[in-house]
Order: sequence, then C-alpha cells, then structure tokens
Amino acid sequence: MMAALARACKRPIFLRMADPILIPRPEGLYCPEGDFHIDPVRPVPRALITHGHADHARAGHGAVMATAQTLDIMALRYGDGFTPSRQVATGPTRINGVTVSFHPAGHVLGSAQIRIENARQVCVVTGDYTRTPNSACAPWEPVACDILVTEATFALPVFRHPDPVQEIGKLLASVRAFPDRAHLVGVYALGKAQRVIMLLRQAGYDAPIYIHGALAKLCDYHIAQGVALGDLRPATVTRGRKGDFAGAIILGPPSAFAATWAQRFPDPVICFASGWMMVRARARQRGVELPLIISDHVDWGQLTQTIEDLNPAETWITHGREDALLRWCAIRQRKAIPLRLVGYEDEPE
Amino acid sequence: MIAGFADLLERLAFTPRRNLKLAHLSGYFKATPDPDRGYALAALTGDLALRRVTPSLLRGLVTARVDAELFALSYDFVGDLAETIALIWPAPAQIDSPALSELVRELQDSPKTQLPARIIARLDSLPPSQRYAYLKLATGGLRVGVSARLARQAVADYGALDLAEVEELWHGLSPPYESLFHWAEEGPKPVSAARAPFRPVMLSSPTDLDDLRLRDPAEFMAEWKWDGIRVQAVSDHGERRLYSRSGDDISGAFPDLLAALDFDGVIDGELLIRRGERVAAFSDLQTRLGRKTVSAKMLASHPAALRAYDLLFREGRDLRALPLTARRNMLESTVAELDPARIDLSPLLPLTDWDQLAAMRAAPPDPVIEGVMIKHRASPYLAGRIKGHWFKWKREPMLVDAVLMYAQRGHGKRSGYYSDFTFGVWDAGQLVPVGKAYFGFTDAEMKELDRFVRNNTTERFGPVRAVKPEKVVEVAFEGLNRSTRHKSGLAMRFPRIARIRNDKPAQEADELATLQALLTSGT
Repeated sequence: MMAALARACKRPIFLRMADPILIPRPEGLYCPEGDFHIDPVRPVPRALITHGHADHARAGHGAVMATAQTLDIMALRYGDGFTPSRQVATGPTRINGVTVSFHPAGHVLGSAQIRIENARQVCVVTGDYTRTPNSACAPWEPVACDILVTEATFALPVFRHPDPVQEIGKLLASVRAFPDRAHLVGVYALGKAQRVIMLLRQAGYDAPIYIHGALAKLCDYHIAQGVALGDLRPATVTRGRKGDFAGAIILGPPSAFAATWAQRFPDPVICFASGWMMVRARARQRGVELPLIISDHVDWGQLTQTIEDLNPAETWITHGREDALLRWCAIRQRKAIPLRLVGYEDEPE
Repeated sequence: MIAGFADLLERLAFTPRRNLKLAHLSGYFKATPDPDRGYALAALTGDLALRRVTPSLLRGLVTARVDAELFALSYDFVGDLAETIALIWPAPAQIDSPALSELVRELQDSPKTQLPARIIARLDSLPPSQRYAYLKLATGGLRVGVSARLARQAVADYGALDLAEVEELWHGLSPPYESLFHWAEEGPKPVSAARAPFRPVMLSSPTDLDDLRLRDPAEFMAEWKWDGIRVQAVSDHGERRLYSRSGDDISGAFPDLLAALDFDGVIDGELLIRRGERVAAFSDLQTRLGRKTVSAKMLASHPAALRAYDLLFREGRDLRALPLTARRNMLESTVAELDPARIDLSPLLPLTDWDQLAAMRAAPPDPVIEGVMIKHRASPYLAGRIKGHWFKWKREPMLVDAVLMYAQRGHGKRSGYYSDFTFGVWDAGQLVPVGKAYFGFTDAEMKELDRFVRNNTTERFGPVRAVKPEKVVEVAFEGLNRSTRHKSGLAMRFPRIARIRNDKPAQEADELATLQALLTSGT
C-alpha cells in the first residue's frame, strides 16, 4: 500500500515520512520550509549555491544566495545579469522557516557547505568538498549535523589519493628529465588551475607558468582575492617560436588539448591533474602521458572519516558512486539514503 | 628489483608512442642485471608460466581482507583485477622490495598449500605500484600495450640484432634468456635446440577498388580470404607443431590435424572446421580453441582442417626468398600427397580485371569467406606487414538500424562510461534484442550515448540500465548465425556501432524479419 502510494506520488517512499527538511526534486534539492533550492540544475525562484562550478552554479535563478566569492565567480562566468537578486551569505540568516549558514568546504575558492536548521534538525549539504589542504581556498571545517547530505564522487575504497605535494614532485621531475619538451597540464579553470599553480609555487618553482586564455579571468580573480599565483603569462605562440616553450609548464583546460592549440608546443608531455588519474585506464583513455593524482574532492578515507567524525543520524548521498558508500554505511549500521540527483558531472569542465 | 619492473610497467602504460616504449624497454634491459631482466622480458612476452595464481585465488585473498561487495563495486569501476587489488589492499606497515627473480621463483616453487600465505605476505609489504607489478606478474597478461613482438624488438634494438633472427630463435630459448642477452651484449649467437620452430608470418594490408585500379592485375594472384584462424603448420624431422599467427603453440587443441601433417616443412594456411566439403562457421572453430585437450566426441563432430596458402620450407630448404609463384608450385605438389580430408589448397581465383574480382567478392560461393586476398606474384615471404606485396579486400559489412535498449558501464578504458550496449529491432510492435556492441563508436559518440543513457534510464538491474526506446544506432556486422541462446533466434558476428542515427525515429528502425531474410539468404 505504501509502495502504491509512493508510486502514485512519483517520489521515493522515505519522503512519505513526516516533513523532511530537504526533498530531492528533478530541478535539485528543495527545502520546503525555506522555499529555496540548493544548486538547482534548472532555473528556480530562489537558489542557494555551494560553489561556482558550472554544474552547481547556473544562471537564470530569480534570486541567488552564496558566498561573496561564489557570487563574483558566477558574475565572471555568466555576466552581471545572471540573477536579478544577489544575497551574500555572511552569518546565520533566516529564510522563511529555517536558518541557513555557509561554511568553508575546501573545494575551490568561495566553496561552502550549507547548514540548514529548523525547529527539529540540523542538516548540512556539503556540496563538493575535500579535507586535503588547499592553499587556493579556505580549509574545510566540520559542521555538526543530524543529516549529512554528502557528495560521493570518489566513493570507492580504491580511491586513496596520495599527497598532492608528491604528485607535483612527479611533474617537476619530468620537467627536469625532458628539458626540450613542453609540459601541458590539463586543469579545470576554476580551482584545479590555481591549486596546481600554488602547489608548484610551494615546491619552489618560480619560473613563469603559462596559461591558456580560458584560465585567465579566474586566475586574475584569485590574485585579486589574495592568492599569490606568481608570474603567469599567456600561452600564446607566435609562428615559428615553438622552442620558447621547451621545458615550460603550460596549463590549459583538457578540452583545449584536442584542439590545434596543443600543437603549438614542442613535443608536449600531456599531463592531467585529477583524482581519476588513480585508475590507469582513465589516464590512458585521455591519452595522458603523465597522470597527476590531484583531487579537489574527498577520497574514500576522508569521506568515511567525515561520516564517523560528524556521526550524523542520517547520511544522504547526492551524486557519485553511492553504491559503495551505501554498503559501507550498511555494514556500520548507519542510515544512508541515495538521492541520485542528476545533472552533476563527475568533474566539471 | 621489483621496484624497477614496477617503474617500467608504469612508464609503458602511459607512453603512447611505440618508439618511446622501445626506448624504455631497452633502457630497462641495460640497467637491469640478469636474471631479473630476463624474467621481465618473459613476463612481457607471456612466456612466464606462473599460471597457478588464478583470478579466483586472488579474489578469495582480497575478499578476506575487504568486504566482498565493496571489492566488487571497485572492480567494476577499475576494470582490472590486479589493479583493483593493488589499490584496495590495506597500506603496508613495512616496505620490503625484493628482486624480481626472487618473486618469480617463489611463485614457481611454492607448494600449492603455501602459495596463498606467501602472496598475502608480499601484498602486505609492497607499496601499491609494486603490488600491481607483482600481481600482473603472478597472473600473466600484463596488458601494458606491449606485444610479445614489441618486447622482442626491444631486445633486438638493445643489441642491434635482426628482429627476424630473434623471432626464429625465440622458441628454442627459455626464461631468463641469459644467452639471448649475452648475444645482445656481443656474445655468440645462441643455438636453438628446438625442432619445428615458428617462423614470423607475412601479413597483408587493407585495400579497396580505388587503390587496386592503380595496379596491374596481371602482376597479382587472388584467392578467397577464409574466415578461420591463420596458422602455421610445421613438421620438422617428425616434430609437429601448429602455431597461431602470433607464434602461440596451439598444437594441443588440434591432434587430428597434427596427425595429418605428413610432410617435412612449413605450411602457412587457414585453420577451419570442415565436414567433407562444407566449411563450418567460425563459431564451430571457436568451440575447439583454447582447450588443452579435446574429447573424442569433439574430434568427431568438429574435425579440424587446414586450407593451405603458402609454403615456407620444404625438406630443410628455406623457400621464403623465392617468388610466390614458385612457392605456390611447390605447395601444390606438397599438398597433392596429403590427406585431402584434412589439408587442401586454397584455390586461386581467375583474375583478369579488378571489376570482375569485385563481382566475385560481392557474391562469394561460401558464407565462410570474408573477402579476397590479393598477392603479388613476385612477392617473397617476408616477416610482418610489408606494404605493396599482399592485400586483403574484406567483404562489406552488413548494416541494420536498431534501437538502443540496455546499457552497461564499460571496463578498463571505458570505466565510468555506459559503453556496452544492447540493441534490438522490431517484431510485431515489440523490440527484441538482437545483439550487443561495445565498440565502433568514436569517443565523442560514446559520450553522447553515455549522456543519453544517464538521462533516459527507465529501470536499473544491477549494473545494467534499461533506456527509453528512442535512440537509433546503425549496427555493422560481419554475418549472422542461428542461435538458440538468443530470444531473437539469431546471433551477430562482430557487431559494432557504425554511427548514431539521430535523424531516424525509433519506429523506423529495422524489423526482425529483415534480419531473418538475411539469414535464409545464406549470408
């Protein structure tokens, strides 16, 4: 009978339980008491945005609340008119029947977890997050909650991401070993690019780093926000001067590597900085010669540690590899619910 | 050290270019002493017989450490057993990297009862990349994009040796190949003790009518391209062997054919299952492949036969430098004295002009023909794919427009993408599945299909998703067999997705009756 009811309502059965604080809807997570969505994938009247990656932060909402940096990033990407009404998340804010606050997620500049409190419960929506130190943004902080709504991008026990400092060491060793070749590092424009640059700088690499035009706006924004990226130069080549890039490190979006842009550089070593690079087949599929395992998401150890640390009554899983995390929770007799939200990429382009 | 071998595997796995792979291999042979480098070479060529470590043994070991379901989900994603275990195994408390040879000997010599405990001890003391190398070594099949031939090429490069000489010698040598490395380092050439060695085979390049029209048909001979397995039958002073074209010894599975090799020499031909004059479909041959032994019943129901193309040696004389016409004459007189039920000649086709050959190719007399071979009359028998001598002109594939029904996530290169597709055609208003395909599409098409699957899933069955019957794909295939195992009653040979038909509504995809008509028309 319950099953029939759930089918009639086209909603998973758990939502028949009394007044959930959040409801998964096709357009994204919805908070009925606050009457807003979090990271909606379609235009809604009021959206709270965790971070600026394109699959979480879209243009066209009636009103947007996010951190000042996320709002800036959305304006950079979509133009000032991305929403008629912006609200900077500062401290705890009342929205209709709930109180919301934003807390650093360690994922990219401006990224936040969103805490929602009503009379009965505290719920934290992590957005994307990592606990690995990331000098391009504020570090993740634990937020106690009854319901943890977490991502599960790398939720398989094979994902134990190594220390990114060691991975940057691999890149620098390759640059030394192949002084005549250019090193082309695939990075996403928001977050990964600045993370890799900061890791290089911290490893003592102070030569100019060349960047593809698609990275320029966001790198400039990071510098304006006080992230010391050092000497960055545009990766443009004038005809017949390929040799200028021998031994150089060049950053670009992975999509540019398939384009003729990549042909400008001398015998390039194709590198890609991503958590997926742990799996050989993934690296080979992208034609990567030097995989750099650098992730802006929690790996399996961090994810399970977070659940143990916060010890929520329920764990809801937004997107990613939920099956393994569900199994892990089941073994530990923790309540976990897959939301299977669609529209979020494994890693945004 | 296993560390050096692990490093080598890592480099090879991510080096796309053949020349760089060769450089990495030569560098490794130079830097690594005997016997480690020889065991590494054997591991790469598949000549290291450590097959006692089975995937099921390893699965048992890992699921004693890690939850079985978590392991299964991880394996599904990573797609490679050794890599999954290497990544998921708990971190070592203390690291110990022994020599490669020590590990090989331990795997070879350990009593079966002690093997699991020894493997566990190794996994507990190696870091992840070395665990991976160790497991690859233990299970065989490194899959690092290096063929046995490329590995032998690297040895030849290292010692500035002739690859053909190394290949001919190969079957007389065994790991750790100290005499081979000694030769490479200016020692004497080893003497092969083995009788009936494998000779590197000659391969053809694809061609088409436009390309052929540039050539003079009078200079060429043509014959059918039979859809069996290219083999080399060797009989050397009573020692008889059957090799696959890559040099694997497959004698064990074909004792009936071996008994019929009543000649002294080397014949290049096609292995077929033949009942009297009738050549059986490829699937019949498949049932006999890969067996160590074969039952009397199978020998009677699936008799093996050789259709001879070429003669490389006769009575100790090397004929490979002779022109094809001379070899063909000698082949004809050799085959004339053999049991015609087991060994016959691949007949020559009349060849006066290319259009006439095109007409024959379009209507072959036997369904087990997959095109025509065109060979230069003066061609010597050369190792490898040497341009300009031999050509293959394959039959056009058959095409059907089918509707995507189910999708499964791929393994390996495709892990994380829905890239294994089941498709169907209409039968009385219902879709019936007629085949599965997991290649043929470009990377961009794969992403398009993956996105379609994710956004149009109607049901999930474990790793399989059912999708809305909306996407039409053009499926190319090489032939149809009747099948009792499939609901549709037929099975496709070599199906692949030729293109996505976004222009075609699903209702206009093909009917099952269309395929059934192809089946009865004898193709």
